[in-house]
Amino acid sequence: MLSFPKPMRECSAVAEVILRNVTKTFGSHAALDDVSMTIPDGSFVVLLGPTGAGKTTTLRMVSGLDTPDSGEIFIGGMSMQGLTPAQRNVAMVFQQYSLYPHLSVRQNLEFPLKSPLLKTPQKAIDEKVNAIAEILQISHKLDNKATALSGGEMQRVSIGRALVRNPQIYLMDEPLSSLDAKLRADLRVELKNIQAKSGATLLYVTHDQIEAMTMATHIGVLEEGRLVQFGSPREVYEAPVSVYAATRLGQPRINVLPARLFAGSPDRAQSIGLRPENIVQGAGEDALVTRVEHLGDQTRLHLSFKQHALVTVTDPHTGFRGGETIKIQPSKPLFFDAAGMRIA
Amino acid sequence: MSSYSVTEPSARQKWFAGTLVVLYAVITILPLLWIIGTGFKSPSDAIAYPPKTFFEPTLEGYVNLFTTRTRVTEEQLKEMGEPKTWYERLVRKDGLIIAGPSRFPERFYNSVIIGFGSTVLCIVLGTAAAYAFSRFKVPLKDDLLFFILSTRMMPPIAVAIPIFLMFRSLGLNDTHAGMILLYTAVNLSLSVWLLKGFIDEIPIEYEEAALIDGYTRFQAFYKVVLPQAATGIASTAIFCLIFAWNEYAFAVLLTSGTAQTAPPFIPTIIGVGGQDWPAVAAGATLFLVPVMVFTILLRKHLLRGITFGAVRK
Repeated sequence: MLSFPKPMRECSAVAEVILRNVTKTFGSHAALDDVSMTIPDGSFVVLLGPTGAGKTTTLRMVSGLDTPDSGEIFIGGMSMQGLTPAQRNVAMVFQQYSLYPHLSVRQNLEFPLKSPLLKTPQKAIDEKVNAIAEILQISHKLDNKATALSGGEMQRVSIGRALVRNPQIYLMDEPLSSLDAKLRADLRVELKNIQAKSGATLLYVTHDQIEAMTMATHIGVLEEGRLVQFGSPREVYEAPVSVYAATRLGQPRINVLPARLFAGSPDRAQSIGLRPENIVQGAGEDALVTRVEHLGDQTRLHLSFKQHALVTVTDPHTGFRGGETIKIQPSKPLFFDAAGMRIA
Repeated sequence: MSSYSVTEPSARQKWFAGTLVVLYAVITILPLLWIIGTGFKSPSDAIAYPPKTFFEPTLEGYVNLFTTRTRVTEEQLKEMGEPKTWYERLVRKDGLIIAGPSRFPERFYNSVIIGFGSTVLCIVLGTAAAYAFSRFKVPLKDDLLFFILSTRMMPPIAVAIPIFLMFRSLGLNDTHAGMILLYTAVNLSLSVWLLKGFIDEIPIEYEEAALIDGYTRFQAFYKVVLPQAATGIASTAIFCLIFAWNEYAFAVLLTSGTAQTAPPFIPTIIGVGGQDWPAVAAGATLFLVPVMVFTILLRKHLLRGITFGAVRK
């Protein structure tokens, strides 16, 4: 495991980030609708939500690339109103188009350090750039043109360009999405290590559930510009506020069935949410096995229960076959009302 | 750059295409070669009929281009003794002596100042305007852009008389500043439109990244946008320079002395006893050189510039 050279934050200022009633509309579409959120100093906050939920817009608000129509943003207790991105001292990793194509890899990594904001001495620049290149395994490509890299290498350089700095907060917009599985896993661990060691604050957008669950100290669930839940990964997973929040996490996805299929549901419950691992086999009511998927570490059973499809996981060496009938019953069910909000 | 998915042309297609290119090259290069050749002919060879393809080269045309000469009597010629330089010898065999330098170097210099001056101004203003149109919310943007384009729909010479009168009352007649302003005004619409196209193609994410990396908007423009727009700027500069360099009508109308450019001057080179075609050809040849050098220096950008934006990525 590679280690990060030095604590990244020499300044000891508290980098707590607060969004207070932030609203932003583009045309008639509300990209962010009255979002309030506190990102504690040193936390790793992951934003979840489908495309258009406002994840990237949130990053752009904090960075200063866009300004809220109403509401305020504070970093380290200071209002960011009217401050340019440079004045806010934030680092951002973009999803794409992130490297300066006319510069070499080294020049790209040096670029933020050479800014009028930091004016780093050349010796310090070299040290930092070399250290980061080592971590991201791009040392041998430092003198290449940025455009001569593969997609994965480009993305590593753009992550590196954020990491060479010492900002109040790192903003990352799906930084690992274009990488292959192995590198993604490596960098995931590495990013988490860097964050844990340096105590840096991160605001991170991803679609990847493993990234969210493993790296986050907090998860924010966005739905059509509104923040519907904010809490620890376990909280969001085990106690989602709504069907929507529940479907953000979990692989395979949570089964949502009409509540009336199960006896003992609360009166107001319209639907019941069952995580695949919370379906107990061997007792309860009959379900038909329609398909068996062996994934190696686990086996997924596709069931037909009272004409409704659902998925559960079972022992990897299960002897079940398609066409068999098994007995199932729910454990730890989540009940939702007609509007999809959780009631129990 | 994107890859092209076209099938390899057959040998016959390649021959056909090659032949067309060669034919086109010959057609365009021939007049040029003729002018360059004429510059090295003697005046009698230049007007010989049938035209001479092979001739004895002489520098008479170039000497005549750079000098003014007067006719002297044979006695006077004898009194002067042996000519001291090769060019004096060349002139004296026609019974002439060199009276002084011609005005060609001055006119050439004017062309350089006015041509390059207006090109630089055009690029600076054009880039700034194009960047603003490309990146900022400008009220009435489309109307403004169309208005800028529409200034090009009218042949510039149509407003020659108003401009002449305006220049006279402003004291811009026959000044370098006046000509630079005029050529910039004519070229600016082209420059704004071309450069806007190039800047539109540069993703805004680069500037945003630079803003976050601690740079101001102007620094981001300077360090990130400009280097990437280099191709577009180079090709636009060539178009602007070629127009300003070759412009004839306004130069005739608005300049006569101090600010006269080479185009109106070259045809006025009249030799002793008839048009001095070799001198005119020599002037035209030299006049070609700066634009040629400029274009060759920027040709890599020019080629990329012409195809830029034509290919969807």
